[in-house]
Amino acid sequence: MMAAQSAPAIVVDKLGKRFGTFSALDAVSFDVRRGEIMGFLGPNGAGKSTLIRVLCGLLRPSSGRAVVSGIDITQDPEAVRKRIGYMSQKFSLYSDLSVVENLRFFGGIYGVCPGAINERIRFAVDMAGLQGRETSLVSTLAGGWKQRLALGCAILHKPDVLFLDEPTSGVDPSSRRRFWTLIHELSAGGVSVLVSTHYMDEAEYCMRIAMMAAGRLVALGTPRELRQQSIGGELLELECANIGAAMDLVAKIPGVHDVAVFGDALHLLVDDGAETARAACALLAEHGLPGASARQIAPSMEDMFVHLVRTARAQGAAAGT
Amino acid sequence: MKIRRIVAIGRKETLQVLRDPRSLTIALLLPLMQMFMLGYGVNLDVKHIPLCVLDQEGNQRSQDLLKRFAASRYFDLYKVAASIAEVRHEIDGGACRIAIVVPAGFSRKLVDQGAATVQLLVDGTDSNTATIAAAYAGSVVAAYSGEVQLQAIQRRGGQIQTLTPVAVQARVWFNEDLESSYFIIPGVVALVMAIVGAQLTSLTIAREWERGTMELMVSTPVTPMELMLGKLSPYFVLGLVDAGICLALAVGWFEVPFHGTLPTLFFTTSLFLSVVLCIGYYVSVSIRSQVGASQVALILTMLPTTLLSGFSFPIDQMPALVQDITYLVSARYYVTILKAIFLKGATVSELAVPIFSLTAYAIVLVVLAARAFRKTLD
Repeated sequence: MMAAQSAPAIVVDKLGKRFGTFSALDAVSFDVRRGEIMGFLGPNGAGKSTLIRVLCGLLRPSSGRAVVSGIDITQDPEAVRKRIGYMSQKFSLYSDLSVVENLRFFGGIYGVCPGAINERIRFAVDMAGLQGRETSLVSTLAGGWKQRLALGCAILHKPDVLFLDEPTSGVDPSSRRRFWTLIHELSAGGVSVLVSTHYMDEAEYCMRIAMMAAGRLVALGTPRELRQQSIGGELLELECANIGAAMDLVAKIPGVHDVAVFGDALHLLVDDGAETARAACALLAEHGLPGASARQIAPSMEDMFVHLVRTARAQGAAAGT
Repeated sequence: MKIRRIVAIGRKETLQVLRDPRSLTIALLLPLMQMFMLGYGVNLDVKHIPLCVLDQEGNQRSQDLLKRFAASRYFDLYKVAASIAEVRHEIDGGACRIAIVVPAGFSRKLVDQGAATVQLLVDGTDSNTATIAAAYAGSVVAAYSGEVQLQAIQRRGGQIQTLTPVAVQARVWFNEDLESSYFIIPGVVALVMAIVGAQLTSLTIAREWERGTMELMVSTPVTPMELMLGKLSPYFVLGLVDAGICLALAVGWFEVPFHGTLPTLFFTTSLFLSVVLCIGYYVSVSIRSQVGASQVALILTMLPTTLLSGFSFPIDQMPALVQDITYLVSARYYVTILKAIFLKGATVSELAVPIFSLTAYAIVLVVLAARAFRKTLD
């Protein structure tokens, strides 16, 4: 038992998945500890859903190996299915059934024994905050409620591992926050959670983050580690009038690698922050845009993400030629 | 295999069926409508053929002959024509299928020469009906000339021999009245059940793929066999209700005599129902779209059942190769069984061969349908 607890909940080793000539997953390797919340960030098409589907046994891997809850996914997929819960990207409960009917159905399908089913249903209803809505048809529930019910259905059989594929897409911010509180409660109870998202702010809720681009894992670490990682230079925030015109001007300064609009300011990726700040302000004043101010800032998760995706694309393009 | 999972799926499916009143109504009304449409539409009896007569003679004798036609249950006098042009008009327009023309001088010829002719015009576009109608008309005329002959002999004071040297005493078994509906209607029941049964299950898996609920289902430990048994159970009950409607109509409305026993009927019907439900399920698993699955299920059941089950065309008159193919049509066995149960009161042991064939069919289909379901997305 002690050994089982210390063993990782998920071990993924050079996992690959090809669809014809398209490589959706390319030699992805990582571990997820027991009780850990691992977030997967990446643009659409990065391979997040494919990864989750392979680990759930919905898709067969083309290469590599993965062990979920101590079981090899290609050797005994059915045993894996008994130990996991899954929330697919598209809502997939039965809209013409009530809350309790859905829970009872999935309880039966997961093989929860009849003696325990009512207690598990009550637990799921309480956890999801669906008290009073037990007999409502699912089609009448709002998005956030549906999401929590789907989570409730996925944990009826006390799975070791939860796979959540963009569980909060299309849900309002307060419902999302509430959803993440639930995930942390489950994690505290020892459930490992692998969750994909494309909301940058949600990355902060995860214990570790894996960033994916073009089927490859491009970064892996805690949110703090990722933010401290080099993004290939220093970041400047430039506030000035007429940022559209300013953008074209500062992009030509030597040592500026990238310029992006962030709200009413520009973010510049540069080699030397202090030097470029002076040069930029001087250049803008020269062109009739005085009063600009530039200061060095710490990169956000989004800066990090944009940098990684761009690097991955550049490498992919280089590899392609 | 866990009963708990089968029950969970069966209960969920039942709730969904009951919550969808439109589909439920269709499931119960469809067999009713089809029974009436096909029960009346498919009628091989040739009766009440619309008849046109042209009497160019216009005396007692010619009227005698024509009255016999009018009195026959095979013909309905539709038109008394005044000219041959009018006769042609009636036949060309399709209003009359057959016309009798009694020429002028008919009686005189009959008396003088002892032989006269009448003209029979038959619309040959439907060759089957035309042949039968011509044969009926021939027999009406034959009966008439027999009497004429008899009267002639009597008038000359001759001996009347009323004995026919050799006579056939025909006795028809199982369908004493030679009503075609008696053997058509059991075939219609099989046809309706094949269509409705496969339709019921053809949507069940395709719908879940379309709605996205299947992705979650295949991530659970449910096995293909559990899924199939759970899914089919409510439709089996619904199918039995449909079978009850069809069989009740056959006996109560179409007045087909029922000589068999209910347990035999129930057992064989359940067997056939299992086969057609599995066909629909198999299609639903293979074609992940509702519209496509419904169409394919319809074609797969309606065409073979109509053409190759022996319901409308006798199997022993088909080319040898086609006869061999009919063994692959499950309805063939059920049509045989239904006719035997209804008309002969056949028992399970007498029907051992078709029942065995249908059982083998059901087992093969259950295995195939369950195996066709793959728990992966690729």
